[in-house]
Amino acid sequence: MSRATQQPSQSVSGQPEGLIGTSARRPDGRLKVTGEFAYGSDLWMDDMIWGVTLRSPHPYAKIKSVSIGAALATGGVYAVLTAQDVPGDNAYGLEHADQPVLASGVVRYAGEPVALVAADHPEVARRAAGKIVVEYEPLDPVTDPVAALDPAAPRLHPGGNLVRHLKIRKGDPEPAAEVVVTGCYQVGMQDQAFLGPEAGLAVPDGNGGVDLYVSTQWLHVDQKQVCAALGLRPEQVRLTLAGVGGAFGGREDLSMHVHACLLALHTGKPVKMVYSREESFFGHVHRHPALISYEHGAGRDGKLVYVKAVIHLDGGAYASSTSAVVGNAGTMGAGPYVVPSVRIDVYGVYTNNPPCGAMRGFGSVQAAFGYEAQMDKLAAALGLDPVQFRCLNAMEMGSSGPTGQVIDSPAPVAELLRRVERMPLPAAGSGGSGGSAGSGGDLRQLPGGVGNTTHGEGVVRGVGYAVGYKNVGFSEGYDDYSTARVRLENVAGEPVVSVHTAAAEVGQGLVTIEQQICRTELGVGQVVVVPKDTGVGSAGSTSASRQTYVTGGAVKHACELVRERLFTLVRLRLELPGAELVLADNLVWLRTGDDGAGAGPAGLIGDFLGDEVIEETVQWRHRKTWPVDPQTGQGFAHVQYAFAAHRAVVDVDLELGLVKVVALDCAQDVGKALNPQAVVGQIQGGSAQGLGLAVMEEIQVRDGMIKNPSFTDYLIPTILDVPPMRIDVLEYQDPHAPYGVRGVGEPPTISSGPAIVAALRAATGLELNRVPVRPHDITGT
Amino acid sequence: MRVTAKVNGVTRLADDVWPGESLLFVLRERMGLPGSKNACEQGECGSCTVYLDGVPVCACLVAAGQADGGEIMTVEGLAAADGELHPLQQAFIEAGAVQCGFCTPGLLVAAHDLLARQPDPADADIREALAGNLCRCTGYEQILAAVRTAADLMRPETGR
Ligand code: FES
Ligand code: FES
Repeated sequence: MSRATQQPSQSVSGQPEGLIGTSARRPDGRLKVTGEFAYGSDLWMDDMIWGVTLRSPHPYAKIKSVSIGAALATGGVYAVLTAQDVPGDNAYGLEHADQPVLASGVVRYAGEPVALVAADHPEVARRAAGKIVVEYEPLDPVTDPVAALDPAAPRLHPGGNLVRHLKIRKGDPEPAAEVVVTGCYQVGMQDQAFLGPEAGLAVPDGNGGVDLYVSTQWLHVDQKQVCAALGLRPEQVRLTLAGVGGAFGGREDLSMHVHACLLALHTGKPVKMVYSREESFFGHVHRHPALISYEHGAGRDGKLVYVKAVIHLDGGAYASSTSAVVGNAGTMGAGPYVVPSVRIDVYGVYTNNPPCGAMRGFGSVQAAFGYEAQMDKLAAALGLDPVQFRCLNAMEMGSSGPTGQVIDSPAPVAELLRRVERMPLPAAGSGGSGGSAGSGGDLRQLPGGVGNTTHGEGVVRGVGYAVGYKNVGFSEGYDDYSTARVRLENVAGEPVVSVHTAAAEVGQGLVTIEQQICRTELGVGQVVVVPKDTGVGSAGSTSASRQTYVTGGAVKHACELVRERLFTLVRLRLELPGAELVLADNLVWLRTGDDGAGAGPAGLIGDFLGDEVIEETVQWRHRKTWPVDPQTGQGFAHVQYAFAAHRAVVDVDLELGLVKVVALDCAQDVGKALNPQAVVGQIQGGSAQGLGLAVMEEIQVRDGMIKNPSFTDYLIPTILDVPPMRIDVLEYQDPHAPYGVRGVGEPPTISSGPAIVAALRAATGLELNRVPVRPHDITGT
Repeated sequence: MRVTAKVNGVTRLADDVWPGESLLFVLRERMGLPGSKNACEQGECGSCTVYLDGVPVCACLVAAGQADGGEIMTVEGLAAADGELHPLQQAFIEAGAVQCGFCTPGLLVAAHDLLARQPDPADADIREALAGNLCRCTGYEQILAAVRTAADLMRPETGR
C-alpha cells in the first residue's frame, strides 16, 4: 500500500488472503481432486469386517418369526442380529421416537431393517442375509394419505395416523373476492440422490464403548439417538464426521449408525457398512409427496384478498421431521405475498409408504408448486402480466405474513422478479424454437437431444417465472444453537488459529467459511479446521440453510472473545490501557486518530502472543422464535426468511412430450455473500435439483413398493439436462444476522421448479398440475 | 484368483479376488486406491471412471479379471510425481467445481480424456463428453467453467 500512515485493509492487501467476501478456496479441495479425501465409504481398517442389512419386502406385515441359524452357520459370518439384540430403546426419531432400529413384531414399510449380518466380505454377508428366514403375515398397506385419516383406516401407530395438523387462520374467516381461481396440485416423491452412499465405520473401544465415523448432517443428534438405542452414555459413543458425498436432507435421520455400532460391539471388531445405490433408496427419508388444493381470491385491482389451502403431506411409515415440514408448508403456504385473509390446513400423515422427511426446501418446495401455479392463473384471470401481478402483491420489509409475523429485514421479492425479467433471453433457435432450429442444426440443443427425435419441427418455446421463500434455521421455539471452539497460538513461530465445531461439512463449503471468518476476525492467515466430532458441543444440523448463519455466528463470537484476550495482552505490553487495536495481516495495528484514520502497526501478533494459548468455546444462539398458536397458527415462528426468483425458458416437443430447459436464471438475496463463488455454486446446484423435480425425478411407489430404486430408473439431471444459469446475487444485509448473512442453500430449489412448469404451461397451454411433468402429461397419451 | 495390473505406473497385485468382483472393488478394497468412487455400480453415474488401456471405462462394469494384465490410470495418477496438480485438478479447485467432490474423480478422468482428444472443446462438446458423469451438487456450471479453464491452461501457447 502506498499511503504513509497505513490503514489495515481487509479487502485490498490480500495478506492474509481468504477473508470474508472473497471466493476463498476450499481447504479440502486438493484432497478431493487427488482422490485422497476419505468419504464414509473409503474408511478402512486392517481387521474390519462388513455389515449388511436385511430389509422387509412388504410395506405392512406382521413378523411371525425370524430364524437366523443358517445365516449364522455360514463360513465367514461373525454375527447375525435381530430386534432382540438391541440393548437400549428399540425406537428412534428426530421428532418422535417411533422408528425401530430393527423391526420387532411388525414392519411398516418395504425396506424396513429387520436383521443385520457381519462377515469378512460384503458378498458373504449379503448371501448369509439371504439365508435368514423371516415369516411374515402381510397386511393391507395404507398408501393413500387422505384415506389414512379416515377413522376406519388401520392405525399404524398407537396415536393414530395423524402426525400433525397445522391450522393457519388470519383475517376474515368468510372472505369474498371479485376474481377467484382454484386448483389441485400434486407433487411426487423426490429423492436427495446424494452421490456418496450412506456409509460409516464403527470401532469398538474394548471398554464397552464405540467410535463411529460416519457421513452425516448432525453428529450430536445422531449421538443422542445411538446412545439411547445402545443403552450407553454419551462419553461412550463418540462420533467423527467421515467425508460426506452430499446430503440435501437425506442424512438428517439415522441410517446405518446404530446397526454398525451394534455389530461392532457384538463382534469386538471394526464394522464397515456401505449402502449400495439400491439400498440407499430404502435407507433414507425422501421429500414428502403432496396433494394440494388452493383457492385464491383477488380484487379487480389485482390485489390478493385471500388464500385458502388444504395440503396433505405423506410422511410414510415413520414421522422423521414431518411435523416441521408441515410447519413450513403451512406458515409459508401463501407464498411471498401480502394476503389479508389466510386459511390453510396442512396434514402430515402416517402411511405404509417409504418414510419422508427432510429434503432441501423442506415443505416450501411443495407449497410453491401450488401457489405459484395459482398466481399465474390469477394473473391470467385478471388480464395481468404474471410478473406484474406478483410484484403488485409482493412481500416487502414490514409486510405481515400468514402467521402475523412481520418481516423485519429486507424482502426484495419484487426486485428479484424484475431482475430475472430484465436478464437477456436466449436467442430463438439456441434451443430450437418454433421450427427455426435448423440454423444451428445442433441436435444436442433440442428436446430429445441426439436421440434425433426432432430437428425443430413441432417444438415450441415457453417462458415462466416463479418466486419462493423459506425460513432459515430451526423454527417454532426450537432452541437452535451452535458451539465453536477457537484457539490462537504460535506454532513453529507463526500464529495459527484452530477452529473446532461439530458442524457437518457436506459439500456446501462451511469449512471454507469457518476459515474465512477466523482470518477476518483474528487477522491470521493460517487457520486449521479441526476434524468435526463430538469432542466439542453441538453445532446443530447442517440443514435449514442455517450453518453459515448459526455456526458462522458461533465462530465469529468465539473469535471476538479470543481477540479481546489478545488485546488485553497487547495493551499490557504496550502500557496503553485505552489503546484501540485492530488485527490484520498477522499484525496488531494501533489506531491513533479518533476516526481510526491514522493507524500503524504495533507489532506481529505472534510476538505479542509468545507462549500464550488463547482458547474460547462459545455457544451461540440466533434470536428466539415461538411456537405458533395451535388454533390460529399465529406467532413469531421463524428466525429469518430467504427469497429467490427464477425465470425459466423451455422448448417442448409437443408430439413426443420431450422437454429441453433452455435457460434457468435466478436472482437471490443472500444478505451478504461470505464466499461469492460458493454462493453461486449453491444457487446453481439448488436450481438443478428443482429442475429435477419439475421434469424428471420421481420415486415411483405402487402399493407401498418403490419401483425404481436405481439411477437407471430414477433419473437425476445430467450436464445435458441442466442449461446455462445466470445468477444475480443481491446483498441486502439482515441486521439480525452475523455479517448480515441470509441462508443460501434452499431458496433456489423452491422457485426453479415452479418457473419451469410455468414455462411449460406457457409453451403448451396445458394445466400441468402434477410434478414431475412427464412426457405423457404433455402429449395426453 | 490373482489380478495383476499396472496402476498409475506401478504394478500391483490382488490375491483372493472373487470372480464377481469388479475392477472398482479391487482398486478400492484390495489395492488401496479408493479415489475412484462407487455411487451406483450400474454404469450410470461415472464416479468410477478410470482409464483401462487408454480408454475411459466405468470400473464398476469391468470384471476384475478383465483388467488382469491391463494398464490402468485412476484419479490418483493425475497429479505429477512431485505432487504438482494437473491443470484440470487445479482448475476444478479454482472454478468451484468441487463441492462434496464425490463426482470429481470420475469427472476429472472423463475431462482428461476429452481434452486429450479435443484440446479446444466447445461447451456442447464438454457437455457431451461429461454426459455420463452425474453431479448432484453443482448444477454443472462451475464444472464447465473448470474444463474451459483447464483447456486454456493446457494449450501450448498459454499452457504449463
Ligand atoms: S459407480 Fe460406476 S458408473 Fe456409477
Ligand atoms: S460435487 Fe457433489 S456430486 Fe458433484
